[in-house]
Amino acid sequence: MRDMFEKTLSELAQDLRNGTVSSVELTQTFIDRINRCDSDYNAFITTTPELALQQAKAADERLAAGTADPFTGLPIAHKDLFCTEGVKTSCGSKMLDNFESPYDATVVAKFKSAGAVMLGKTNMDEFAMGSTNESSFYGVCKNPWDTRRVPGGSSGGSAAAVAARLTPAATGSDTGGSIRQPAAFCGITGIKPTYGRISRYGMVAYASSLDQGGPMARSAEDCALMLNVMAGQDPMDSTSSAHPTEDYTASLNNSIQGLKIGVPKEFMSADLDSAMAAQIEAAIKQLESLGATIKEVSLPNTRMSIPAYYIIAPAEASSNLSRFDGVRYGYRCENPKDLEDLYKRTRGEGFGSEVKRRIMVGTYALCAGYYDAYYNKAQQIRRLIQQDFMRLFEEVDLIVGPTTPSPAFNIGEKANDPVAMYMEDIFTLSLNLAGLPGMSVPCGQVNGLPVGLQLIGNYFDEARLLNVAHQYQQNTEWHTLSPVKA
Amino acid sequence: MEWETVIGLEIHVQLATKTKIFSGASTAFGAEPNTQACAVDLALPGTLPVFNDGAQKMAIMFGLAINADIGKRAVFERKNYFYPDLPKGYQTTQLEAPIVGEGYVDIETEDGERRVRIHHAHLEEDAGKSLHEDFHGQSGIDLNRAGTPLVEIVSEPDMRTSKEAAAYARKIHAIVTTLGICDGNMAEGSMRCDCNVSIRPKGSETLGTRTELKNINSFRFIERAIDTEVERQIDLIEEGGTVVQETRLYDPDKNETRSMRSKEDANDYRYFPCPDLLPVVVDDAYVEAIRLTLPELPDARKERFINDLGLSEYDAGVLSAYRNQADYFESVVERCNDAKLAANWVMGELAKNLNAADLSIENSPVSAEQLGGLLVRIKDNTISGNIAKKVFEVQWNEGGTADEIIEAKGLKQVTDTGAIESMIDDVIANATAQVEQYKAAEPEKRGKMLGFFMGQVMKASGGKANPGAVTGILKSKLDALCD
Repeated sequence: MRDMFEKTLSELAQDLRNGTVSSVELTQTFIDRINRCDSDYNAFITTTPELALQQAKAADERLAAGTADPFTGLPIAHKDLFCTEGVKTSCGSKMLDNFESPYDATVVAKFKSAGAVMLGKTNMDEFAMGSTNESSFYGVCKNPWDTRRVPGGSSGGSAAAVAARLTPAATGSDTGGSIRQPAAFCGITGIKPTYGRISRYGMVAYASSLDQGGPMARSAEDCALMLNVMAGQDPMDSTSSAHPTEDYTASLNNSIQGLKIGVPKEFMSADLDSAMAAQIEAAIKQLESLGATIKEVSLPNTRMSIPAYYIIAPAEASSNLSRFDGVRYGYRCENPKDLEDLYKRTRGEGFGSEVKRRIMVGTYALCAGYYDAYYNKAQQIRRLIQQDFMRLFEEVDLIVGPTTPSPAFNIGEKANDPVAMYMEDIFTLSLNLAGLPGMSVPCGQVNGLPVGLQLIGNYFDEARLLNVAHQYQQNTEWHTLSPVKA
Repeated sequence: MEWETVIGLEIHVQLATKTKIFSGASTAFGAEPNTQACAVDLALPGTLPVFNDGAQKMAIMFGLAINADIGKRAVFERKNYFYPDLPKGYQTTQLEAPIVGEGYVDIETEDGERRVRIHHAHLEEDAGKSLHEDFHGQSGIDLNRAGTPLVEIVSEPDMRTSKEAAAYARKIHAIVTTLGICDGNMAEGSMRCDCNVSIRPKGSETLGTRTELKNINSFRFIERAIDTEVERQIDLIEEGGTVVQETRLYDPDKNETRSMRSKEDANDYRYFPCPDLLPVVVDDAYVEAIRLTLPELPDARKERFINDLGLSEYDAGVLSAYRNQADYFESVVERCNDAKLAANWVMGELAKNLNAADLSIENSPVSAEQLGGLLVRIKDNTISGNIAKKVFEVQWNEGGTADEIIEAKGLKQVTDTGAIESMIDDVIANATAQVEQYKAAEPEKRGKMLGFFMGQVMKASGGKANPGAVTGILKSKLDALCD
């Protein structure tokens, strides 16, 4: 018999319904696994076993009473930038090491009311700024496939926790690839929905016009289950969309016969590791064998997404992070001698170097005299990138390519070269700039490290992305591979 | 040298919405510190603003009242700077695309009417308050005010005297209170004024270097602050100095302005469009629907008071400036049907009593209905003007209608000539000496001597005798004695 922790959310939901396992048993299993194994990975910043067992008990009562939702009793973890009432929300920063939110993020509240069980809060790059998890105040999180390597970031803790079977699923957030890239590095499935599909209320902001929360799990089917809970307009978030939601599990089994898939030649370029390219090509062949037609297309402005992103995101971040001033909550330096000293030392001591770097870049980009040259120009590029995609979606239904240029690299390998690190985001950034939905699905391995296939859809086309990913996963086993040695 | 003063005003008006511009917290004034600041106002991590469209409606009302273009697509921007009473580290405001575009108001000056152009008006959020007293060398922060909606009204530098500046501020005050979009309470900070002041040689076309006088909260202080600052600038230049561009604070106690910060210390606010808020798209139908709900504005009302009610320019100006006062006045007119009498009483006896008691007209103990009823009794000769003042005093202190008071206190004017005649007969009979003097006097001097007898009769009647009737009868009786 398979270990319970090897099962997917969908399988566990079935077991809970059948009564073959209780939520309390399930929850205890994962608590035990976290206690036993997380010292190898450092995937969690905070664990909440007592709260989890309470929630599990309540879930079992709902299951018994027949008032359960599809998600009732299922354990998950939240990335530590989703505010959780009464539980530390650190954003991976010293600045918020002492911060307990008095309210729940909308996403957290939705999972609570669906009856989900929260196992804890996962590690992340500080304020979601990074692609490796190395900028976390709580130390680097390690890739379960090879603990000398990074899990990716910024949702590295969530990806590692799911891959290491410490939780069946976790929430993440994606500003420039922070769900898709760690999903690819850790061999799991993650989806960044359309900007506005999921409420940002209570998800601590990095770059407001790019941030989007999303599911990270073991399969497309599990992501669909999570998205059913997470999606929807929120009166507390003006940028959340009124576009109707749907049952994202309903179309999973549709055939993809006749689906028109575009493969951007810029994504299959020299930037891509050659061993990985072979895996991506094999995955595309697989989709073709399932009935899709494949066509080479072009996204000419892809390369410009890096400079545009690294202006817009830091600019917004420089303003979003101004509230961390030591006045009302969070870290405050000791014995400030005056107001200026309070600001300088609180922020100097409370933020890590990558956060400071981005605040300075963003502040510079917004300065009088530079605004037009940087911020306005970046917004123009953003529109060009969006137009590239819109043109493509007139001729194809879906775009596929690699999620990352290479598999997970070593811890420390790019830590001192921020530009090399930023280049890692080349395939993911453009979606955030355009606001489009994207997924990463495991599609192979290179030297024992997972490779991610990126699927990109038109606005609000999450159901189609999940359908294609599910059909791929019904015919492949890459997503079932586990780094956990039996 | 003869100098010309150039003045532009930035007026901040707190909008009378129940809740804040980007959160559901109450905007009521005077609560315990930090009891009206929710998670959004405290800028807790993860919180987001949601625009209160009540504030938008009020801003559009103001725009229509000053004949301005309404922005079709208003954009909120972030103005970034650090201050402890600014929780997010930025103020959400409008810069490139404000909700209200160019408009104007007309003000009355000593040299006649003058037009002041308004550059634009934009929506923004108020900051909290820093409290520096009672904290033993530390500062307290009260965030109740943080997020209160403001309209900032930016004029062109079209004013040339401090009196014009005050008249312009009064006109804005009259408009926003008439629209009901601001309570107009300047002492509580509901309307605050920044004055940009510069001087230049008379006849010059170029503007001098300006200073900005911050946060002035009364019309009188606007005049005094500008006068003081103009004097300072003239002295400075005439002594060979130069004015530096800076922000100055007016101290009403010392009647002086002093430097707060110079341009060199000014922040680079790094404005950029707020990504948490969608652009506000305003369609014409919405604007037209609001236009239909606009109350009569002070200028139009003033014209009507002059043309339809026959009031003087001055009376019409005073009575139309405040909506509540104008409404009160019109209710009184409706009841008594005599606009001049009503104007005299509203601006006279009523205003005097309200001022003495420091009450606003909406809190007047005497309602328009009560006052109108009283004036009806003056008009129909039931009581005299002097008796009416006594009745008004009773109404003020104890309440009641004029008729009830007149009845209860027996103040009804005596117009019955029989009764008046018998009172006059008694007076004449008891004043033989004065009657003899009257008879002895030259006929043309007798008129002046009537006063004594009038006083006696009015005294005998307890003031209730109709003075006109008394004069007529008294005169004919005395003159009969002389024949």
